[in-house]
Amino acid sequence: MNRFLIPLGIFILLVVFLAIGLNRDPREVPSPLVGKPAPIFDLPQLHSPNLKFSPVEMRGKVWLLNVWASWCVSCRQEQPLLVELAESKLLPIYGLDYKDQRADALKWLRDFGDPYTLSISDSDGRVGIDYGVYGVPETYLIDKAGVIRYKQIGPFTREILDSKILPMVKELQKL
Amino acid sequence: MTNPAKNQVLSASIRVNPRLLLLFVFSAFVSAASLAKEAVPMAADEQVEQRLISISEEMRCLVCQNETLAGSHAELAEDLRREIREQIKQGKTNEDIMSYMVSRYGDFIRYRPPLKATTLLLWFGPGLALLLGIAVLLAYLRRRNARLSDVALTPEEQSKVDLLLQAGIGQNKAQP
Repeated sequence: MNRFLIPLGIFILLVVFLAIGLNRDPREVPSPLVGKPAPIFDLPQLHSPNLKFSPVEMRGKVWLLNVWASWCVSCRQEQPLLVELAESKLLPIYGLDYKDQRADALKWLRDFGDPYTLSISDSDGRVGIDYGVYGVPETYLIDKAGVIRYKQIGPFTREILDSKILPMVKELQKL
Repeated sequence: MTNPAKNQVLSASIRVNPRLLLLFVFSAFVSAASLAKEAVPMAADEQVEQRLISISEEMRCLVCQNETLAGSHAELAEDLRREIREQIKQGKTNEDIMSYMVSRYGDFIRYRPPLKATTLLLWFGPGLALLLGIAVLLAYLRRRNARLSDVALTPEEQSKVDLLLQAGIGQNKAQP
């Protein structure tokens, strides 16, 4: 009996490992920036390019930095949710317009809705590199001290918003 | 061997409308020239480019995950190569550049995972599995050897063996 139990045990262990491995999304690379201060930048605003914006201004607030672009198809998917979140006035959402043309970006906001308190143009993608952006959309939840608390890779879903992000936001706002 | 009849047909068709043909060939060149992107300027410095390749071959492109940063055509890969090139020119070492990338994109960007607590199983797992296998094999062989022992044949068995062997030899002889 023992002769068969050991190989069976090893086989089951192997199956469990492989099943976990197969069910993980390889596109979701854990970000080393979670728990670290959000990189500081000073970039022109999308709507009024002669004005600048820096995350330093957001100290003391819990906010979302959503990386988007007019060429990004899955951004369209999450936009209604973001607009809804913005209307709830739970927290400010700032947009980082990543590697985009200004005219296209402005048109895109008119077409698909503008949930952002402010959008910032990262036209050459350098700030994107500092934030470890490798696919758009990506969203960072930043706390009052300017520390990144959560990174959402890919578009938001209502489920992620309700189960993960909103509870974290409420928790962080209490601090 | 060429087929003279076919050649005739071919040259005849060219002769039919040489202007059209010329236009055709010309338009092909024009469209090719207008479609081609302007060549990306190769770095003036050959050494920088060599280092760029050797560094970026150690890195994974995060967009197309089974390509190196050196070989990928993804836009992000181009941006990251530009970043690496600039850092080389600033005199950064390879380690500096690697840690710059790792601090942004995580260990996943390295093709050679670092040795740390979370990667111990990755690094030593195969060796451990091999050692375990050898240990199991040795234990099994030892047990098997203990069970095997030389047993002498009884006289009856010996005579049976002799008989069989002789019969075998006899058979062999019988065959031509």
